[in-house]
Amino acid sequence: MLELRHRAGCPGPGGAVAPPPREGEAAGGDHETESTSDKETDIDDRYGDLDSRTDSDIPEILPSSDRTPEILKKALSGLSSRWKNWWIRGILTLTMISLFFLIIYMGSFMLMLLVLGIQVKCFHEIITIGYRVYRSYDLPWFRTLSWYFLLCVNYFFYGETVADYFATFVQREEQLQSLIRYHRFISFALYLAGFCMFVLSLVKKHYRLQFYMFAWTHVTLLITVTQSHLVIQNLFEGMIWFLVPISSVICNDITAYLFGFFFGRTPLIKLSPKKTWEGFIGGFFSTVVFGFIAAYVLSKYQYFVCPVEYRSDVNSFVTECEPSEIFQLQSYSLPPFLKAVLRRETVSLYPFQIHSIALSTFASLIGPFGGFFASGFKRAFKIKDFANTIPGHGGIMDRFDCQYLMATFVHVYITSFIRGPNPSKVLQQLLVLQPEQQLNIYKTLKTHLIEKGILQPTLKV
Amino acid sequence: MTELRQRAVREPDGPPEDKESESEAKVDGETASDSESRAEASPPLIPADDTPEVLNRALSSLSSRWKNWWVRGILTLAMIAFFFVIIYLGPLVLMMIVLCVQIKCFHEIITIGYNVYHSYDLPWFRTLSWYFLLCVNYFFYGETVTDYFFTLVQREEPLRILSKYHRFISFTLYLIGFCMFVLSLVKKHYRLQFYMFGWTHVTLLIVVTQSHLVIHNLFEGMIWFIVPISCVICNDIMAYMFGFFFGRTPLIKLSPKKTWEGFIGGFFATVVFGLLLSYVMSGYRCFVCPVEYNNDTNSFTVDCEPSYLFRLQEYNIPGVIQSLLGWKTVRMYPFQIHSIALSTFASLIGPFGGFFASGFKRAFKIKDFANTIPGHGGIMDRFDCQYLMATFVNVYIASFIRGPNPSKLIQQFLTLRPDQQLHIFNTLKSHLTDKGMLMAATEDE
Repeated sequence: MLELRHRAGCPGPGGAVAPPPREGEAAGGDHETESTSDKETDIDDRYGDLDSRTDSDIPEILPSSDRTPEILKKALSGLSSRWKNWWIRGILTLTMISLFFLIIYMGSFMLMLLVLGIQVKCFHEIITIGYRVYRSYDLPWFRTLSWYFLLCVNYFFYGETVADYFATFVQREEQLQSLIRYHRFISFALYLAGFCMFVLSLVKKHYRLQFYMFAWTHVTLLITVTQSHLVIQNLFEGMIWFLVPISSVICNDITAYLFGFFFGRTPLIKLSPKKTWEGFIGGFFSTVVFGFIAAYVLSKYQYFVCPVEYRSDVNSFVTECEPSEIFQLQSYSLPPFLKAVLRRETVSLYPFQIHSIALSTFASLIGPFGGFFASGFKRAFKIKDFANTIPGHGGIMDRFDCQYLMATFVHVYITSFIRGPNPSKVLQQLLVLQPEQQLNIYKTLKTHLIEKGILQPTLKV
Repeated sequence: MTELRQRAVREPDGPPEDKESESEAKVDGETASDSESRAEASPPLIPADDTPEVLNRALSSLSSRWKNWWVRGILTLAMIAFFFVIIYLGPLVLMMIVLCVQIKCFHEIITIGYNVYHSYDLPWFRTLSWYFLLCVNYFFYGETVTDYFFTLVQREEPLRILSKYHRFISFTLYLIGFCMFVLSLVKKHYRLQFYMFGWTHVTLLIVVTQSHLVIHNLFEGMIWFIVPISCVICNDIMAYMFGFFFGRTPLIKLSPKKTWEGFIGGFFATVVFGLLLSYVMSGYRCFVCPVEYNNDTNSFTVDCEPSYLFRLQEYNIPGVIQSLLGWKTVRMYPFQIHSIALSTFASLIGPFGGFFASGFKRAFKIKDFANTIPGHGGIMDRFDCQYLMATFVNVYIASFIRGPNPSKLIQQFLTLRPDQQLHIFNTLKSHLTDKGMLMAATEDE
């Protein structure tokens, strides 16, 4: 099978026991030189011209197995290298999954911190690649500026989130109120300060490099920071909206790998020769089934289903509510052919399970494109992995590349099909208006509510 | 003076030279005050080739130094006159001009990218860049249209559906482009393709978001569009003039022709100009009122009761100035105070946009973004200082001037669930009662 053949001791460029590449990568790395069509015009600008040095990039690829903890190495020293790698990856996979469960148990606040931590690490990984590619580690100011921009953009996004969800908490504290009120202005001023620092830091011989790193930073911010904030918004909607998509992507990874392992025959895409159509389709069906079941299991618990709210009295996050309609069992009549198969008239499902089919479909069909994008990126810059944080798997970004599009999709899905605008945000905006406008709106709302019978007209005293 | 010396004679019609050395005096392509360097630099990139024949003949007798000066001057006046004409033509024409400027700027920057990477023949890439431009524009215009044309949208069934699922549709369109990009990755060109992908996205971020913020400002009232843009233009011109006459101390290594005297003189001149301009414009409804779409006449109207900002108020002059002017109070529009903030930003921070563009041009060894406008370069050359201004005005308005849009709030409110609506209603009620706007029990109507 393709997988076995590639995994068979084909050592990576740097190490004796290179871990088997993920199914998304070509075995043994892509040693071809990018053609000189990549060559840029400028011969003088030595720092900016990378493509004539493609071959020399290869020794820089760090073998991931250096990070394998000693204890694992000892335990597995008896096995052949092929199975050793398999075991390392397996153990790490299980470790990561358990860590995931543990954090879910610890609650939404820990999850938010985890998301923040992952975002910072992904940013760091991608920026480090940029430094290596451009040999720009010594550019004046640049490291500071990249982290500064990360801070600004995070401040902006967190401020918007905080303002929305912590409205009651914020109303209490005076300083927070002015920070919130002028939030956009403050964020913009902070960003501008960074922008002006960048302009002032332009150094004669390094213009092009500096612009490249500036653009690299901004694109990375666009990718990692916006995604992580959408993840947090999804989380606030209900932990199930965070768990089911992420698990579907993970499940798709694993099942596509397994199906490819056992049945893989037809290559899927030239970019990732180890992916096969059998894996792709098998992964699709198993992910849909998995998502269906996971949705069924999780929909029962208020802990997962309720929007996360911040209660000022207890100063913590609570998830308690009346489950909304999509999390209440409904009876659906089966279409005739299924009736015959299952011999039942109706079936009780949570409406959310229907949504989960959509989410799983996206995770299996489009999610892999995020993986292909990352593979292409790694091929383009001749790196094996984004980093070597996780033994056997590579960097954090390697694990999260398929999640990349998923978070945005879930967010767009929720705003388009599930919920309307956020009530606390509407309230917050109402409170900011001029009193006359508030009064007008109050009257309009009152008329509307009375018409709908939601509000009983009060008796005049 | 530095300006005169550098404006001295070089034949503008020399062969273009791409690879200039890093000598700062030559590679300098920013706003009005320095584009003279194009004239004398080791032959610049063809700006004069575009000079219309008419002008060429008319000015053929003058020496080339004055000829350039005249070409630039005439084009400047032509552009300003054009600006007035489209203001006169109204908001719809303005919106279209903004859209065209955006597309042209995008095209210019992308073309530079192609030139830098020699990637003009990359498979699919031209199509994909334009496709992404279309997607992002669709997304932003859809959001604007939904906000401002709410009633029109609700009436027409297809528009209503498009607007309800707008984000989903935009995201799907973007995804299609993304997947096409991934599928188009070709073995030998990975890096190039990723570079162009990154280049396209950064350009979109710069160009498209700015132009949509400009349109938001426009809808707030044409004065919020005209005063900032005029302040930037004025600062360009004034800084050039002051530098021309008094320039001595260089400002920044990146642009050796900018001087501190020009910078500071331009600052004061722009603040005064902003004050005067706002005074003149605040008197007219057509500039001051928010642009609204009138369903009955199916056109844009600017008709309203001018808000507090645009009504003359009396201000007491501080003692210091009282003795100077001999007046106790002065009548001003509050907007004029805001215009000071806008002009200050235009003069102090706006030039950083110009330095950024200069640095960019130096980095990629180009003289101008393009050669669309004779004597001035490309559209992007003219708009590089405007770049930050539009965002600043938008943030300024959102933070200090207007609150959220009430009709939008009502619209959002109506889509909430009944229990949420009730909760909000009660909170609003208690808030208003606290403020004394509502009498506690009786005043329910």
